[in-house]
Amino acid sequence: MTTKTNKELQALAQQFRINVIKTLNDKGTGHWGGSSSVAEILTYLYFRQMNIKPEQPDWADRDRLILSKGHASPMLYAILEEKGYLPEGTLSSFREINSTLQGHPCMNKTPGVEMSTGALGHGLSVGLGMSLMAARNENPFKTYVIVGEGCLNEGQSWEAIMAAGKFAPKDLVLLVDYNKVQLDGHSKDIMPLDPLADKFRSFNWNVAGKTYNGHDVDEIEKSFKWLSKQNEGPCVIIYDTTKGKGVDFTEDTHTWHGAPVSDDHLKDALPQLKSVLSKWEDE
Amino acid sequence: MENIAMRDAFGAALVEIGKTNDKLMVLDADVSSSTKTGLFGKAYPDRFFNMGVAEANMVDVAAGMATVGYRPVVSAFAIFLALKATDQIRNVVCYNNLNVIIGGGYSGLSDSFDGASHQSITDIAIMRAFPNLTVLCPADANDVEAALRQALEIDGPVYIRMCRNPGPVLDKNPLTIGKADTLVEGDDVTIGACGLTVPMALEAAALLAEKGVKAEVLDMASIKPLDREAVLASVEKTGCFLSVEEHSIHGGLGGAVSELLAKNKPVPMDFVGVEDCFTESGPYDLLMEKYGISSSAIIEKAQALVASKS
Ligand SMILES: Cc1ncc(C[n+]2csc(CCOP(=O)(O)OP(=O)(O)O)c2C)c(N)n1
Repeated sequence: MTTKTNKELQALAQQFRINVIKTLNDKGTGHWGGSSSVAEILTYLYFRQMNIKPEQPDWADRDRLILSKGHASPMLYAILEEKGYLPEGTLSSFREINSTLQGHPCMNKTPGVEMSTGALGHGLSVGLGMSLMAARNENPFKTYVIVGEGCLNEGQSWEAIMAAGKFAPKDLVLLVDYNKVQLDGHSKDIMPLDPLADKFRSFNWNVAGKTYNGHDVDEIEKSFKWLSKQNEGPCVIIYDTTKGKGVDFTEDTHTWHGAPVSDDHLKDALPQLKSVLSKWEDE
Repeated sequence: MENIAMRDAFGAALVEIGKTNDKLMVLDADVSSSTKTGLFGKAYPDRFFNMGVAEANMVDVAAGMATVGYRPVVSAFAIFLALKATDQIRNVVCYNNLNVIIGGGYSGLSDSFDGASHQSITDIAIMRAFPNLTVLCPADANDVEAALRQALEIDGPVYIRMCRNPGPVLDKNPLTIGKADTLVEGDDVTIGACGLTVPMALEAAALLAEKGVKAEVLDMASIKPLDREAVLASVEKTGCFLSVEEHSIHGGLGGAVSELLAKNKPVPMDFVGVEDCFTESGPYDLLMEKYGISSSAIIEKAQALVASKS
């Protein structure tokens, strides 16, 4: 596969948003806000960054990705399908009975899913275990863990941050999809985390010097350029993102955390998403 | 009879197995000098991870290691594994059927002086409810090593429940996953025991024999999978069953046997264990006595069961 340009990745991420919102409308269930928020970050990882072989999902040296905010599963599934982990059309079975696509990711049902998630707070601990063992391999792989700030509310996340600071695995990378909206409201009202970067620093993490725009592929590229120059782990990159990105009435609000997408909503949303898509395609 | 603590056997077995099994990783939550996994840490510092007082994180870290093909053993006090890492054991280790061994130390009332906050009397009930998890309650030091070796061979997670204090090394076959061992044959009453209540049941059976009651004693270390055939065959003979465990009478060994018998062969049953209450601090033997886990309690309930049959 030829490498895609940044603009192509922007367009691809936008296409995934469209696939996801149509699926959520069709199924009447699933989480739009957190899926849309992580679209570019996940797209960049799978189409540019990670060392993977979709035709061989159990390849020992593959990079691992754990979506600790497992409710963003629809975005992950849309990407796994496009990458060829899943047969074409699989996304349409999302959350159906007997489906390979569970409501939240399941490693034993869905090829390409590295860890089952859904209960928040687990991902970083599991990733720490993976990366500690990766360090014993001849070809150490990277372990990427994606969390939202709600996921970081969990005490276990801080146990893991503390332990990762102790063991300092070089190839553990935490990506924070920092959209500042959780299930119940804005994080400033639910559980404020700022100053977040300072918290990681004080736990002896290697923190990217700036916060990157998690919807701008040029910016995401810069964040991974920073990562490629790091010799010390664990590393954390914080991305500024918008929950429900791409649809005016779903942006930056908790009401679109997990609300069903009605036909009327879809009718409103699709033209907005498509016009941005054609903008990226035209450029 | 020689007395050995299960934790000493556990630590020693880990060190021994670690000589040849380089996939074995041991994690502890700042209690390795108590659980004796510290012995492993001393022998193989690069395969030992002290995770601090953070059981939930520890269990998930082990799960991550298992996905990469390693064989992690997590160790802590039974109560804190069962209660602070319940979600991790259920949603990550068991749901994904990962090869993680969970070593629960200081189980039952054995952390006696520390009191109720440290006494683990609901761990069997919790662990037994999780699909994919094998639940073992060894009766002595030899059983601990046997449990560990077998756990490292099978696919899927295993919980090994261990007593803190020295106990007798019994003249019996070592634990086999899925099997109950008939230690004494009899046809009046079946006494199913596990852990340190096995020697207690043996003592009770000898005293019952003097009173003319022929008790059959089953060592039921394999709480899950339960040896259905052995239990059914035994109650076929005896027509009643008494469970004995260092655990709440709710949801443990007695619960497991009740579920089996209610469906397949309802017979009179009774339960020796902690009644529905919190326990307290004190010397181990006095606590066991006070909370109704003793050979005299076994004798009394066994006799009543036998009487209820006629
Ligand atoms: C342990 C646990 N508690 C509660 C929930 C319910 N829940 C699902 S998503 C969510 C908020 C997540 O916020 P965040 O991690 O910031 O995700 P995002 O905003 O990106 O969707 C909550 C509370 C859960 N899945 N797991």
